[in-house]
Amino acid sequence: MTEITYLEAIREALFEEMARDEHVFCMGEDIGAFGGAFKVTEGLLAKFGESRVIDSPISEIALVGAAAGAAHMGMRPVVEMQFIDFIANAYDMLTNYVATARYRAFLPCPMVVRGPSGGYVRGGPFHSQNPEAGFLHTPGLKIVYPSTATDAKGLMKAAIRDDDCVLFFEHKYLYRRVKDVMPNGDHVVPIGKARVAREGSDVSIVTYAATVWKALEAAELLAAEGISVEVLDLRSLAPMDDEAIFRTVKKTNRLLILHEDTRTGGIAGEITARVNETCFEWLDAPVLRVTAADIPLPYAPALEDYVLPQTADIVRAVRRLTAY
Amino acid sequence: MGDAESRLALVPSARPSDALSREQKCELYYWMKLTRQLEERLVNLYRQTKVVGGLFRSLGQEADAVGSCFALEQRDVMSPLIRNLGAMLVKGATPLEVLKQYMAKADSPTRGRELNIHFGDIGPAGSTRGFLGQISPLGDMVPVMTGVTMSFKMRGEDRVGLVYVGDGATSTGAFHEGINFAAVQKCPLVVVVENNGYAYSTPTEKQCAARFFVDKAVGYGVLGLQADGNDVLATYDVTRQAVDYARAGHGVALVELLTYRRRGHAEHDNQSYVPAGEIERWAADNDPIDRYVRVMRTELGVTDEEIAAIDERIRREIDEATDLAESSGTPDAREALLGVYADPPAEQPLWFRRDAAADAYGQERPESWGTWNADGAKRA
Repeated sequence: MTEITYLEAIREALFEEMARDEHVFCMGEDIGAFGGAFKVTEGLLAKFGESRVIDSPISEIALVGAAAGAAHMGMRPVVEMQFIDFIANAYDMLTNYVATARYRAFLPCPMVVRGPSGGYVRGGPFHSQNPEAGFLHTPGLKIVYPSTATDAKGLMKAAIRDDDCVLFFEHKYLYRRVKDVMPNGDHVVPIGKARVAREGSDVSIVTYAATVWKALEAAELLAAEGISVEVLDLRSLAPMDDEAIFRTVKKTNRLLILHEDTRTGGIAGEITARVNETCFEWLDAPVLRVTAADIPLPYAPALEDYVLPQTADIVRAVRRLTAY
Repeated sequence: MGDAESRLALVPSARPSDALSREQKCELYYWMKLTRQLEERLVNLYRQTKVVGGLFRSLGQEADAVGSCFALEQRDVMSPLIRNLGAMLVKGATPLEVLKQYMAKADSPTRGRELNIHFGDIGPAGSTRGFLGQISPLGDMVPVMTGVTMSFKMRGEDRVGLVYVGDGATSTGAFHEGINFAAVQKCPLVVVVENNGYAYSTPTEKQCAARFFVDKAVGYGVLGLQADGNDVLATYDVTRQAVDYARAGHGVALVELLTYRRRGHAEHDNQSYVPAGEIERWAADNDPIDRYVRVMRTELGVTDEEIAAIDERIRREIDEATDLAESSGTPDAREALLGVYADPPAEQPLWFRRDAAADAYGQERPESWGTWNADGAKRA
């Protein structure tokens, strides 16, 4: 049994789904001959040919719009944003056209928009973003953001098979750093189900993507102090697994929400509100957030590290929660 | 492919409309007149406040919508804009659907979810009529139709797509990205630019510095054709050439149809920005239906009686559709929560509405806003 990386797991899912279903095809900038900026789609062109692995012009609006049109006609397109930062160019097409298609016009829109996301990589303001919160606000889109190689593969397969548009965020820091042995057979992870990444009893950390690993690191440090931390990896942001969040809150009675994205209007605020509305009386401490500062992500290591959440921040926040 | 010489060589010596039968040519009149009369009926209903939202006319543009769409086969897919009621009717949309949609009825094509002529019917060839509902952000349908026609190409289907944009939409990024991507991929797509002089209140010269929109075809490396959009046969001729070009596998064609918008952006628009006399001049000298009636009489030998019979048929069809549409009910409020996603199929009511009757909502009116004092008393 060989381990494969998070990136290879995504590639494996693409290969398997394209082989399984002739309606699946890929489009994006430099994804064919070059294999994509991060080589996620490497080898697809040779295996499936130019009609199913399409090198596009630099046109995010056209990529998303064309995917929608093909999806209406029964295809299952997978579109790559070369960096997820550029999804902003297609914001109108995703939110006004794609997200509303089923509701306003009963149009099926099975498509995946995927791309390398996130920081900790010295990528600067336009190669490090986490724009998921902007889309969480739009009804009609599904959003997944895996933290492990196993989930990356299983969620990609679920996303391609889903009958609605799924935004698939891939964390580029994790691309080649995390590895797993893939489960045997047709490995599909259902969208909308969180995963307990570490069991604990004193404090819950709800998080997703790269910061799952920071939370696990913090949990290990805190265990040495006698604090038992439960880590919940959301995996899907839309739909969000409210039940799993409420379950862990009712178990530990203390909640820290952790994400790499900026703070204001962020997902942590939304989760806080849901917990407040549903499990207020289960809380022994206020819900706390550890997030990035509200700053465009800077390039210099000293600056980037200061803006993004770090393990020491999590340790500090958990200690504050246990002090209540 | 793509140089000026080969584009010129495409123009056949005989006009495609020469091959249309007398019956088909009378049909062109039927569709144009149906469009006009249906919109006139909608104006009446609008003034009776039976149209829930705004009303968009295509007065004076009926020929460009009808003539261009008439060049498509049933299996082809057409994406209309707000002035293309005529194209939708040609493609199989019914007056009853249009009336119900404008009146936000429960059994309207979008069940009360979308406005005016924002509805469609697409899918596999043969089982659907082949028109795709538009959305309000302009230009967006161009990339979507790039994808629709890309799917035809991938599956080797003998189908063509046609997407309408106005002069205004050519300024959008979506238009540019969509036509460019389709051109590179040689998708079987016809892009019809309806140049009607105004985008809302903005005249064409403030929209674009190019002399004609057809000139943009050169920049995209696609076939460019232009016609008098108020001449229904000329419109059919150029669009048919473009459709044949796309169907033959040559790729994208851009067709500019020159016409004039005689009503405002919507019925609320008083057209104060239009130079005096301009609308009246177009109405008197260049009405597409008047022009075509003259052609029918002089070149096809169609009699006044035949024309009157078509008019009578249209009147009857619209009357029947109006009665049926008016008798339709309004949507059940609870349906508002259905079908955002395939899975889950319904959203849950918010907690503060769980115990309330869904039909209790919709009674509050914005007119009451601002009429209450801080102490909760109704202002005099």
